Amino acid sequence: MNFYNEMYEGENVREPYARLRNWVETMPDDFRQMKQAEAEDLFRRIGITFAVYGEGGDPDRLIPFDMMPRVFEQAEWRRLERGIKQRARALNAFLRDVYGRAEIVRAGRIPARLVYQNEAYEKSVVGVVPPRGVYSHIIGIDLVRTGKDDFFVLEDNCRTPSGVSYMLENREIMMRMFPQLFRNNRIEPVDQYPELLRRTLESVAPAKCQDRPTCVILTPGHFNSAYYEHSFLANLMGVELVEGQDLFVDGEFVYMRTTQGPKRVDVIYRRLDDPYLDPLCFRPDSMLGVPGLMDVYRSGGVTICSAPGAGVADDKAIYTFVPEMVRFYLGEEPLLKNVQTWTLWKPDDYKYVMENLPDLVVKEVHGSGGYGMLVGPKSTKAEIEEFRKKIEADPSNYIAQPTLALSTCPTFVEEGIAPRHVDLRPYCLCGDRIELVPGGLTRVALREGSLVVNSSQGGGVKDTWVLTE
Amino acid sequence: MRLQILHETVYGYDQPIRNLVQSLRLTPTVFEGQKTHEWSIDVTGGMRGPGFRDGAGDWIEGWTVRGPVEEIAVRVSGRIDTRDTAGVLRGHREQIHPLAYLRDTKPTRVDDGLRALAGSVTSAADHLDLAHQLSAAVGAAIRYTNGVTESLTTAAEALALGEGVCQDHAHALIAVARERDLPARYVSGYLHSTEDGQSHDAAHAWAEIFVEGLGWVGFDAANHCCPDERYVRLASGLDAQDAAPIRGVAMGMATEKLAVAVRVEEIEQ
Repeated sequence: MNFYNEMYEGENVREPYARLRNWVETMPDDFRQMKQAEAEDLFRRIGITFAVYGEGGDPDRLIPFDMMPRVFEQAEWRRLERGIKQRARALNAFLRDVYGRAEIVRAGRIPARLVYQNEAYEKSVVGVVPPRGVYSHIIGIDLVRTGKDDFFVLEDNCRTPSGVSYMLENREIMMRMFPQLFRNNRIEPVDQYPELLRRTLESVAPAKCQDRPTCVILTPGHFNSAYYEHSFLANLMGVELVEGQDLFVDGEFVYMRTTQGPKRVDVIYRRLDDPYLDPLCFRPDSMLGVPGLMDVYRSGGVTICSAPGAGVADDKAIYTFVPEMVRFYLGEEPLLKNVQTWTLWKPDDYKYVMENLPDLVVKEVHGSGGYGMLVGPKSTKAEIEEFRKKIEADPSNYIAQPTLALSTCPTFVEEGIAPRHVDLRPYCLCGDRIELVPGGLTRVALREGSLVVNSSQGGGVKDTWVLTE
Repeated sequence: MRLQILHETVYGYDQPIRNLVQSLRLTPTVFEGQKTHEWSIDVTGGMRGPGFRDGAGDWIEGWTVRGPVEEIAVRVSGRIDTRDTAGVLRGHREQIHPLAYLRDTKPTRVDDGLRALAGSVTSAADHLDLAHQLSAAVGAAIRYTNGVTESLTTAAEALALGEGVCQDHAHALIAVARERDLPARYVSGYLHSTEDGQSHDAAHAWAEIFVEGLGWVGFDAANHCCPDERYVRLASGLDAQDAAPIRGVAMGMATEKLAVAVRVEEIEQ
């Protein structure tokens, strides 16, 4: 398989990396090791050790940081940005539709069962239109690149995508360690993200809110693998970080306990999954949520970000229909391509996949974090046969995709510098406007030849640069 | 039939609770079979919070009670005219797609026993006939017996036991209907019963099955019939918990004691 190298075209260096060439190619080994140790030390001191994307694993484990940045030139980024924003608009239009009149289902453009029998479809919010019609306020869109102009969306994350603190911290640490790089290269900033996020949240305050909206971040607590990110964002945004027990419902509104007495809360950025939000509506045994919250939400007393039920848009089975959503709701052609996907509940797809397992990547429909998946070309015969049995037991639980030739980016490794595969997660904000900071989180598969970038599977992170004109 | 309903739920706590939040679905459904004349809901010492109609057509009211308090009573009273619509939920406004009611939940999950019961109906003229036969099969497989099952008993357990109450019949019917690809849901409400001279618990539950062309149709497997003018419909959901007329959480360390009294009487028009 031929992989696109984002820095080198044969002997030549691509334009965006031109000013980095000297830096990376002439860095002495001992200096590199010293800097790498310094970076690790900084990460450890800040305490950023959580697992990205709720992958589980040891919460105190440091995710390896690679000092070699991943670079986009302005034109490349603008194209991506248009595609991401377009996709975000379509996903929110879809959510508005399936909790309303469901025109896309009536028009036969997406199967009814895929929507209504989806675990993430939340019937308790049917007919509820959140402020500005936005259901998913922070959309993480995972992208991979296979060629100069070839970007594919791997998956959408419409619930509570995590990892944005890495985007911010990676930049912070690079600037601290290599200030001269930021003088030699003109790099778009990303540190406005917390302010944009706060503005986005304030812009979707309920109509009943008359003053400046009070926003909070609702966390499941310090044992959650992304707790660091919750407190980090609350801190940068200047809003309170609360747990369920810090909030209570009284009459028509939700209040936060403060030392000055109860304070009404208008917007809740929750980092808690739907089933735990409110024991009066969902799981009755949940101690993490706020009793009565859903009644207040459904009657317009508070905004919940992302809206309960938003997960129906980011399921791996629904994913195959996102290009259709773009055409149906926006009347546009999708700017970002989907990866070809075989859905195993269709007999033809099933047959094809079972005959070509060694060449394909097979994933669980609701799985995440690189668990429960088969990377055909990287698996032994025995592993493939074992996975085949799992598929046979429940075909509708799986989708398959071709093994993508993920682009590589030079990465510091034991022996010096070598190409490693990367992906990208930008974070799109949806409120009264749709905003995207120029950058995102680049994940890198540190093991040679590995195509799995998940931190639980030996992945690391990089700073992501977008150069100005 | 004109019915007068008195429904009182009293929560007693062995030590004062800090506060209580409830979500109530205690208002009769609006459809051709029911016309409500007077209806009042009151929670002692409580503050009425948000009230709204949800996508299923249920009227929901949130209530909060500020503590400290040791006893709370939820009192519902009202008068309603009912009419037999042969179980069909005609003239009901709701927005949720029937396919959203094909999803199973813990109490309605099928096991081998329920699967066999669902498969026992082999010749049905149409979906309506299939629904009737499934209801009859559930009624025959589970004998009405008080006190052998509890609120967390699943349909599979009740079937294995061969005994249960209306909640178990409803769960079992929902399970077998969904197994036959018919959307089904749990309905909670009241039943006016004078038959056989025995006292029946007037709080009642049954199932609704979606039949193409007719819409939602009620089936009371426990009583081998479809709901008629003796039934008052309140709320629906995927299972008993999802359709519960009262859901609440009290803050505090107290142990709760519950007393429920429901009276449904026929009165002069």
